[in-house]
Amino acid sequence: MPTLTYRDALNQALREEMQRDPNVFLMGEEVGLYQGAYKVSRGLLEEFGPQRVVDTPIAELGFAGIGVGAAMAGLRPVVEFMTWNFAILALDQIVNSAAKMLYMSGGQFPMPLVFRGPNGAALQLGAQHSQAWESWLAHIPGLKVVAPATPADAKGLLKAAIRDNNPVIVLEGEMLYNTKGEVPEGELVIPIGQADVKRPGNDVTIICHSKTVSVALKAADQLQEAGISAEVVDLRSIRPLDEAAVIASVTKTNRCVVVEEGWHHCGVGAQVVDIIQRDAFDHLDAPVQRVTQVDAPMPYNKVLERAAKSTPEKVVAAARRVLYLD
Amino acid sequence: MSPAATAAIPGKKVSADLQRSMLRQMLLIRRFEEKAAEAYALGKIGGFCHLYIGQEAVAVGTIAALRDDDYLICSYREHGQALVRGIPATAVMAELFGKATGCSHGKGGSMHLFDAKRHFMGGHGIVGGHIPLAAGIGFAVKYKGGDQVCLCYFGEAAVNIGAFHEALNMAAVWKLPVVFICENNRYGMGTAFERVAALTDVAAHATSYDMASAEVDGMDVFAVHAATTKAVADARQGKPTLLEIRTYRFMGHSMSDPLHGVYRTKEEVEEQKKRDPIAALTHHLRDEGIMDQAAIDALDAEIHAEVDQAVKFADESPDPDPDALMRDVLAD
Repeated sequence: MPTLTYRDALNQALREEMQRDPNVFLMGEEVGLYQGAYKVSRGLLEEFGPQRVVDTPIAELGFAGIGVGAAMAGLRPVVEFMTWNFAILALDQIVNSAAKMLYMSGGQFPMPLVFRGPNGAALQLGAQHSQAWESWLAHIPGLKVVAPATPADAKGLLKAAIRDNNPVIVLEGEMLYNTKGEVPEGELVIPIGQADVKRPGNDVTIICHSKTVSVALKAADQLQEAGISAEVVDLRSIRPLDEAAVIASVTKTNRCVVVEEGWHHCGVGAQVVDIIQRDAFDHLDAPVQRVTQVDAPMPYNKVLERAAKSTPEKVVAAARRVLYLD
Repeated sequence: MSPAATAAIPGKKVSADLQRSMLRQMLLIRRFEEKAAEAYALGKIGGFCHLYIGQEAVAVGTIAALRDDDYLICSYREHGQALVRGIPATAVMAELFGKATGCSHGKGGSMHLFDAKRHFMGGHGIVGGHIPLAAGIGFAVKYKGGDQVCLCYFGEAAVNIGAFHEALNMAAVWKLPVVFICENNRYGMGTAFERVAALTDVAAHATSYDMASAEVDGMDVFAVHAATTKAVADARQGKPTLLEIRTYRFMGHSMSDPLHGVYRTKEEVEEQKKRDPIAALTHHLRDEGIMDQAAIDALDAEIHAEVDQAVKFADESPDPDPDALMRDVLAD
């Protein structure tokens, strides 16, 4: 099986879908001539031309709305945000236009479009460039939200997102673009809404998504050294959320830690805990613990930044708490 | 600004049939809105309801310049455009009543009228939020190699919002087939435009985007039609236009608001009513011998009956079934 970077897996997905369907086009800042701020769109301008790989001005609200209008008139836009931090300017179009169009038109206007770009903190980018937006976006009925952690998932979920007849938010990990992984050859479409057990285990469940999958896997390695078998469940999709997979794992291990990049208050983990307390209450041997970014804007200082983030050490500590080892 | 587009074009350049049809459409809007106001007072219509009375010549004059396969997208003051585009008065009124037979199946309401098959791309409720959508529709037309245009309606208050400027810029850069139609009725809710806009000449904003523009008398349906005809022809060639159509609303901002009060005087409203676009058109039709008063009265009676029928239809239509609550949150 070929090994690809996360970046190149996304590039493959875009290229294959644009080859497959002439109505698919990519627009965003620096996607064409510059080859993408993170080089996800490398080579696409050359292959598909400026009509289908469209460089926009820095106007997130405007070009997100152009994506919505183009979808209303029959195209399948892929709108790239240079980062999701900038996409907050486009929230009116994502929430008020894209997410509600089908419903408020009584089913007349489906919204086959993708909003994608890097999400979450990288390294020392400061408060305004280091944010994870999934709990904001996953709150909205009418949207689907996916957050792939591996190159294979990135390819398969982006392809599924482009083929979906709904607005799909694809949250890519800024720190994941260079990571490598095996990607199956041939057609790879991963259904949206299916979690994936990234590592089976018996003693404690660690639920995670996107960049925190690697955090959870590192924590699982450390726990293994202490003789603790952790099961790592990658949600992959935040909305819809694979409740059955969460319940199945917790029912098996009876203990759970939920990890995410975003802030604690009203985070994705809060929703996961709601599912567990409702549907797996009798299986729990300990209260569920959450590991999140601290409830503060991201500091620039490297030491403070590390202290703010979800880390393997924090996950190990939380796992030990739910196992009553500490 | 194009001088040719600003001059009122004599009605005789428009066929007598079209002139009669224009009066019919303007009267339909007026009578429809009067009935909507009544139904609102009776509690049959809920929420926000923004009436078009006074602005009829804008919808009628602009849409007369369109082909059936062209697109329209509107703000939340869009009953007039919906009716002129041909959505049956029954389906529009039923939507206002929130009924299953409404043009958005009762799930949109007054502000969210949609009709995909008539390329009526909605009623949108966030001021200025739909202006980029118009550019997107134009983008799709150009992408597919079509020659349709998209008319985009918004009020003058939307000119202060970023979406307006972002959309006009991209429409000009990409040469999109869009006509941006600012219905300048002078007030954003209760705020006079000059109190909140550094530049009150809306059409002048087009120069920032190297776009053609025109100021148009919105009480003169023929002037509106002529200016839009030119703008639509240019749009089909990839040249978008900003039209500032100066009009006036005779009613409050919405049904919840007073007709006049702290922000405008009764005298001002009465003075503006002397410019009533329907009165102007009926005078013209009589003067030109195209319709006599008896014919106009007969037409008005026919429209009254049509609107009464729309109210009856809406009133007797069923609510959406309970399953509609969760239907169309997501597409299959």
